[in-house]
Amino acid sequence: MHRRTFTRALTALALVVPLSAAAPTAFAQTTLTNVSYDPTRELYKEFNAAFAKSWKAETGEDIRVQVSHGGSGKQARSVIDGLNADVVTLALAADIDAIAKATGKLPADWQKRLPHNSSPYTSTIVFLVRKGNPKGIKDWGDLVKADVQVITPNPKTSGGARWNYLAAWAYGREANGGDDAKAKAFVAELFKHVPVLDTGARGSTTTFAQRGLGDVLLAWENEAYLSLKEFGEDKFDIVFPSISILAEPPVAIVDANVDKSGTRKAAEAYLKLLYAKEGQTIAAKNFYRPVSPDLAEKADVDRFQKLKLVTIDKDFGGWGKAQSEHFGDGGTFDQIYKPN
Amino acid sequence: MPGFGLALGFTVLYMSLLVLIPLGAVVAWAASLGPTRLLAILTQTQTLNALKISFGISLAAAAVNAVFGLLLAWVLTRYDFPGRRLVDATVDLPFALPTAVAGIALAAIYAPNGWVGSLLPFKVAYTPLGIFVAMTFIGLPFVVRTVQPVLADVDRELEEASATLGAGRLTTVFRVVFPTLVPALLTGFALAFARAVGEYGSIIFIAGNIPNVSEIAPLLIITKLEGFDYAGATAIATIMLAMSFVILLVVNLIEAWSRRRLGHAR
Repeated sequence: MHRRTFTRALTALALVVPLSAAAPTAFAQTTLTNVSYDPTRELYKEFNAAFAKSWKAETGEDIRVQVSHGGSGKQARSVIDGLNADVVTLALAADIDAIAKATGKLPADWQKRLPHNSSPYTSTIVFLVRKGNPKGIKDWGDLVKADVQVITPNPKTSGGARWNYLAAWAYGREANGGDDAKAKAFVAELFKHVPVLDTGARGSTTTFAQRGLGDVLLAWENEAYLSLKEFGEDKFDIVFPSISILAEPPVAIVDANVDKSGTRKAAEAYLKLLYAKEGQTIAAKNFYRPVSPDLAEKADVDRFQKLKLVTIDKDFGGWGKAQSEHFGDGGTFDQIYKPN
Repeated sequence: MPGFGLALGFTVLYMSLLVLIPLGAVVAWAASLGPTRLLAILTQTQTLNALKISFGISLAAAAVNAVFGLLLAWVLTRYDFPGRRLVDATVDLPFALPTAVAGIALAAIYAPNGWVGSLLPFKVAYTPLGIFVAMTFIGLPFVVRTVQPVLADVDRELEEASATLGAGRLTTVFRVVFPTLVPALLTGFALAFARAVGEYGSIIFIAGNIPNVSEIAPLLIITKLEGFDYAGATAIATIMLAMSFVILLVVNLIEAWSRRRLGHAR
């Protein structure tokens, strides 16, 4: 009886193996690998289809785009460790900087190669609160009220959370006349109101939306809108704070990889299309702020509120500085969690 | 068997490829840091607390598993009841379930708005207690599966002899049956403990992950990696390896000692 099962399994294997081995040659086509971060799933699903269509129209070739999603830092590490990414579309420049520095597969000044700091779309940090805003949360200052609990991922493991952290810092600085020590005290107080530190943005959204924890979720603007769409508009409201940060998720070609696989042309066309009408329209539709709003649908663009936004380059001295100062070993984030 | 030389050669090669070389690489990486940096990383409050949390709760979870695993094994081998085979098969599920699924399921149930969490007067998910629940869950099969076959093999005649010599049921269980189970129980305890120390996937969903409170050492390793601090990550990995090795060695020694006491000496 056992022997028969075994023989059957072998026969099945013998039938399947040649089939799968033959498959790649039968459907030869170019494959492009885009290594992205967590909340872009919906965006790139739609954009890849648009790109495949445009590429077919232009060259007559079929192309398949593979996208891998995950925490931005983890994704960067996969590329460093050898994942053959043609393009990377990550949550923050620091992660692509790390790839450039560790592997030399793209030049150090990669961010200057495409317009708008290589970010075809931007986002910002907003508050997601429970329907009707029962705790009356209007601005950053309300987050440190006695009975308010705040949900955010850990900035050391989540790219999105670093934007959260810096946006809070920007508020603390502005509210205290530019005093960084007081800004730090505000952020420290804020994190005393955080009961759970998930490792990624999607994890925090789950904790807030499905586990029912916390009164406010610090979220990417696009994640906040997506939560409304996914969990129902009757569950949550979005609150726009008085000040936030311009989050620029950049894109780049990994030169050494595209040259090795001969996919440079396709990769360049891919990123170019992100800046064109198709990319801008799809980005706006998926709640990312397009850098050229006139190319996107007006109805989509009109959803975005005008906010006072600080920038990483002007207000925090660029990612190189902000990364080590706030999120490095012994940085301000480690300091605020030091038990006294 | 194909002879000692070949068998040993194969064992060494196999162990080297799968265990020794990867672990050696970790130690070598950490060693390249130099003793001063290594010590600086390991004596940080956050590191010490994470190690305390990981090892402390793992020991507690393994201890609880030893008690209740033994109970479960006892019920499964000594009694026949409808659905016994079903329960028996269920015990292995924590082995098979992807840890992330386990973590999400546990968090959903023990969260303040979950089925169990909403009934409890205290918080389980997102506290150190949540870590304990996850570690207990993943460690359960180890004790049951190591004790079960030994318990099934216990000679019934020994118990009968004990009874005819005038021992009560409790005396028989504690002085005749249990001593034969101790080595297997210790093995199960050690396995459950080792698994809990190394567990990451299920715990992060239910732990809360607050530094110094509910942050486990494996998460701290991931955190260091996210900051591209490979050296810091390997430093913590190395100390975890060393601590686990020492604890497992001690458990093995106790086990060998109890085996000898039982007359199983080789």
